[in-house]
Amino acid sequence: MWSVAFRRLLAALPNLLGVVVITFLLTRAIPGDPAAYFAGGAATQEAVEQVRRALGLDKPMLQQFFIYVGNLAQGDLGQSLTTGQPVLKELLLRLPASLEVVLLSLLLACAIALPMGVMAATRPGSWMDQLSRLITTAGVSLPTFFTGLLLAYVFYFLLGWAPSPLGRLDPVYSPPATITGLYLIDAALAGDLALWRACAGQLVLPVVTMTLFVLAPIARMTRASMIAVLSADFVRTARASGLSQTTVLVRYALRNALLPVVTTLGMVFGFMIGSSVIIEKVFGWPGVGSYAIDALTASDYAPVQGFVLTMGILFVLLNLMIDLLYVLIDPRVTIES
Amino acid sequence: MTTGGHLRHVLTENPVTLLATGMFVVLVLMALFGPWLVPFDPLASKASAALQAPNGTHWFGTDALGRDIFSRVVVATRLDLGIAFSAVFMSFVIGMPLGLAAGFFGGWWDRIVSRLADTIMAFPLFVLAMGIVAALGNTVGNIILATAVINLPFYIRVARAEANVRRSAGWVEAARLSGNSDWRILAMHLFPNALPPAMVQVSLNMGWAILNAAGLSFIGLGVRAPAPEWGILVAEGAAFIVSGEWWVSFFPGAMLMLAVFTFNLLGDALRDIFDPRRRT
Amino acid sequence: MTGVQPPLLDVRDFSLEFRTRSGTVQALQGVNLSLHKGEIVGLVGESGSGKSVLSYALLGISDRAAKVTGGSAVFGGLDLLTAGERTLADLRGREISMIFQSPRTALNPIRPIGQQIEDVLRRHAAARGPDLGTSLKQRAVQALREVAIADPERRVHAYPFELSGGMCQRVMIALALACRPGLLIADEPTTGLDVTTQAAVMDLITGLARERQMATLFITHDLALAADYCDRIVVMHAGHAVESAPTRALFGSARHPYTARLMSSTPGASSTLASLLPVPGSLPDLKRNDLPACRFAERCERADARCRTERPLLDAAAEHSAACWHPMHLPAPAHV
Repeated sequence: MWSVAFRRLLAALPNLLGVVVITFLLTRAIPGDPAAYFAGGAATQEAVEQVRRALGLDKPMLQQFFIYVGNLAQGDLGQSLTTGQPVLKELLLRLPASLEVVLLSLLLACAIALPMGVMAATRPGSWMDQLSRLITTAGVSLPTFFTGLLLAYVFYFLLGWAPSPLGRLDPVYSPPATITGLYLIDAALAGDLALWRACAGQLVLPVVTMTLFVLAPIARMTRASMIAVLSADFVRTARASGLSQTTVLVRYALRNALLPVVTTLGMVFGFMIGSSVIIEKVFGWPGVGSYAIDALTASDYAPVQGFVLTMGILFVLLNLMIDLLYVLIDPRVTIES
Repeated sequence: MTTGGHLRHVLTENPVTLLATGMFVVLVLMALFGPWLVPFDPLASKASAALQAPNGTHWFGTDALGRDIFSRVVVATRLDLGIAFSAVFMSFVIGMPLGLAAGFFGGWWDRIVSRLADTIMAFPLFVLAMGIVAALGNTVGNIILATAVINLPFYIRVARAEANVRRSAGWVEAARLSGNSDWRILAMHLFPNALPPAMVQVSLNMGWAILNAAGLSFIGLGVRAPAPEWGILVAEGAAFIVSGEWWVSFFPGAMLMLAVFTFNLLGDALRDIFDPRRRT
Repeated sequence: MTGVQPPLLDVRDFSLEFRTRSGTVQALQGVNLSLHKGEIVGLVGESGSGKSVLSYALLGISDRAAKVTGGSAVFGGLDLLTAGERTLADLRGREISMIFQSPRTALNPIRPIGQQIEDVLRRHAAARGPDLGTSLKQRAVQALREVAIADPERRVHAYPFELSGGMCQRVMIALALACRPGLLIADEPTTGLDVTTQAAVMDLITGLARERQMATLFITHDLALAADYCDRIVVMHAGHAVESAPTRALFGSARHPYTARLMSSTPGASSTLASLLPVPGSLPDLKRNDLPACRFAERCERADARCRTERPLLDAAAEHSAACWHPMHLPAPAHV
């Protein structure tokens, strides 16, 4: 098993390299003058030359690449023009906000989509199946920004149930002491119930919006996988041995059916990271996505490229983790050719 | 069953498919003839008529500048469909040959092309699109290019899978032996065989490309105001949601959803036509 | 009549159909079958003759589209065809067990075999077993030992993909017999195994059956195999049971024309290719509603008008009986 895990790790390396190369190209091999690009629109010729020297943009491409990688290794992703702060520092500061939404959405989506997929599979063609198909197809077709706005309109403006979608926390409160950066956990650790509820309240709309978007692939995959597994020989044997409905469904069918679902999660993460950018814009959420958008609108490019690089690396690592998880839960993987 | 008979069967068997085809036709008509059919000039602003709720004159209401939303939504069809179509076309035209070559020849071809596809897929795709547009400049052309790039891997994969399966098939060997060059085999035989699954992919990609383009415009990339495009229209209305003027964002968003839904349903229908085994 | 005791399983006039998109398949019609305690009966027929369908229906694990349209199958005083799901679930694996072909895919691929056996043992906790005091794990090890799997303490942790086809079949047998059922249904258990393994598996099954006085219904398309291991053989054709006889009697003088054809198409040690005769025609389409009363009529050279309109039945009382109006090898009638 370890050799397989190691091989998976090795397989992730070219992807990491690919991410670094592409972001390098996106920051250097662009039309126009990269130095001016990074110096900003308002820079003087002198400032532009300074930037050129500082970033080594006057050197040959290959050397530039090594300088770039060297900088990355030291955690230097450049400097934001608008805030004057190092990009990496700002990204790390804002990452927990994005992660909180993504993780909660994933949990909620699995909690809904898995049972939905199982039910649809055990009763194919029933109204439950048709309904879940409708929900999932609608979920894939809905633009996240539209869902977000619609939910904000209905639940905040019309019903007044959700708090105003203006960010992570009502300004009346001050954020909990940073331990993990995830407000729900930090507020719970601080034992502050009122604060916890305020944080949770702000999280509802963004999380629900993202969940709706992500329900579809998970439910679809669960359904398809369950249908295939339920008609498998070993399920027939289990039934013929008199095992209870629950045992057959959960211990025999579902456990096997979940394997392809786990691999789907990798793809799902990609969508989530993409849609988190939009959700952060809609709800004024102070995550890495909105950081990048604000920088982009201000023609401040270092944060944008830093964001693309970070998200790329994060994605590769996430997929690696899912691959390794798969190796752990499927005993057959040890006999890879 | 003949293709025509099969087509008719699929269309009539499932009313939803018929609906989707109908909606597709309506969308195309709107894209082609929209500007001539709308009651108001989509760009004409009229301060006195600002932020009117849907009524008899302005079916979808008006926006902050008094422009008729219905006209803007209809006219936006051309831009959105145009962007999506161009992007998908580009992906198809570049991705299919690359994938076919990779699957058929194997070896270095396969390694390079697969590596390319894997590297693109190593990014969350929307983020990559953002990065490309940021690097190349904020224009509609670059939106199309970015969307095309992030869609490439799908076509590469489909074509590669088909070519891989068939390259050791008997009839391919026979074709080779009777003197056909590899390129000829690729073009004349493998490509048509790879078309059906590719077509399904095209339809599904169209929906996704529209979502992508709208998403990028929503965050300020690509299409700029005052050009009507569904993503921009939703963005323009976003600020008014919290004050209750829901129509400014709602109608463009609903239209967007309908368009994507149409292409998704069409994709499913195409899959039914070309691959009846997968029908449930 | 075989034995004085009543049969363990008594299937009478069993009919079953499948509702499909393209029509209703009359998979079984008026089938009579009985098994006595300790008897090994072979159920033989071509693919599509209804053998497996019959066994699935007895256990209540048929496809959703299957519908019983008549008859009864009495097992220990209970009619399996009308029993509730809960009753049947209690019986399965405990009183009636089944083993299948393709043993490797018939076992849960990501669960160690020992745990799969324990699952069954746990489910039928009140099951008869030699040592009720021992732990489930020990009983699982014991079950493996009884099917002649070497080193069972280690093997109990193995996954199916780590075992050979023959070993997987042994595991399946262990699973099926863990709770000492009175009836075992073996559905083509040796198909796909090589000849030596086939023999070993069959020896194991029949050995255990004799030892425990367990009735066994052995389903196969291989007449020669059935001949080697079964006490009695029932031949099926197109959803009908067409002949039932003790093995020796069947091979000595088959009465149904179909059986005779089957035998002449089965290779023996001294057959030549030229001497093998295929059964003419093919199985009739069971979706038709104009099927002849005797479903072999269209493939039979002895058929006449009566065969097409009046269905011949198996005589339940006779030891050797054929469902045919013009049987072969009939002893001369007394009055002639």
